[in-house]
Amino acid sequence: MSIFQKLFTAIRGGAREVGEGLVDANAIRIFEQEIHDSEQALAAAKKGLTEVMAKEMQTNRTIKMLDEKIAEHEDYAAQALSKDQESLAMEIALKIADFENEKAQHVTSLSGFQSHITKLKQQIKAAEKTIKDNQRQLTMVKTTESVQQATMAVNDTLVTNQSSMASAKQSLERIKQRQADRQDQLDAAEMLAAETNGDELADKMHAAGIGKDAQQGSEILARIRAKSEQS
Amino acid sequence: MDLQELSIKLAHYEADGVSFESFIIHNNNQDVIQIIVDGNDELPIFVTQTQEQILCICYLFDGSEIKQEKALELNDVLLRLNVPMPLSSFAKIDDKYAVYGALATSSSLEQIGHEVVTLAANSIDALEAISDYLID
Repeated sequence: MSIFQKLFTAIRGGAREVGEGLVDANAIRIFEQEIHDSEQALAAAKKGLTEVMAKEMQTNRTIKMLDEKIAEHEDYAAQALSKDQESLAMEIALKIADFENEKAQHVTSLSGFQSHITKLKQQIKAAEKTIKDNQRQLTMVKTTESVQQATMAVNDTLVTNQSSMASAKQSLERIKQRQADRQDQLDAAEMLAAETNGDELADKMHAAGIGKDAQQGSEILARIRAKSEQS
Repeated sequence: MDLQELSIKLAHYEADGVSFESFIIHNNNQDVIQIIVDGNDELPIFVTQTQEQILCICYLFDGSEIKQEKALELNDVLLRLNVPMPLSSFAKIDDKYAVYGALATSSSLEQIGHEVVTLAANSIDALEAISDYLID
């Protein structure tokens, strides 16, 4: 069963300590050790691969060299035959046979190396996939465990928190109320600011003898003067 | 950045014009930062850190607060709201519904601040959106 499926089953079963119930700390350590071991095996396989590939290159070179030698000696044999040196030609032919035997051996080992390389590459690919998969699963287990711990700590904090005793709806209403209060305060402050600004302006106008107040004063005075002149 | 340091920094931090109050709670072997965003102490944000991630959680309501006949529909709504909700997702911890966001442990103070502000706003919006599903 995959780790995810195990988690799913555990959560459905209502297990409280999912992470811990799933894999104990010792199992995690063993799992980590297994990943470590596979990583080392993988490194060894990669080193093996480079060695075999080096041997393959070497063998290819040797075969090429032998091919050249065979061609060269075939040429010598032909020259000996054309000079009627039958026994010398035979000797050269035997030498060519030696080269061909040697080449055959190298060709055999070359195909051995090549199949070895293919196999090693497949193994390395498979090992890399397994390691990645195991690491992902390990991360999932560890994350689940630590998240479990973290949420439990938060939960414990919440339980001791008085404000959380209210229902969500009451909380929401309080928040909305606070936001409305704050808006009211802002509005009030703006109004106050506007009024204050208005007062300042009136004062300045008054000082300069402009505006309703100033005019009223002079009008009243004029009225009184007019009255006293009449009487 | 460890939680202690983060808590101190967040306490003096202002993100997107919103102020934070933050304090750390030592809880057995797992510390928790409690953050009050913009004075809304009804919906505190809890921040914890694990090896892989920083978790920001805000509890919304208890399962027992759901109108029973609407419980299935609510879960459906929450799943549908999950993707459009920026940076946060819905979750259930024990029997409590929550919104949470996860950040890489390498996140900057600005990124964490932004996450917390968004989470706080999402929590209020989410509660408002689904309040018809809750008992009074």
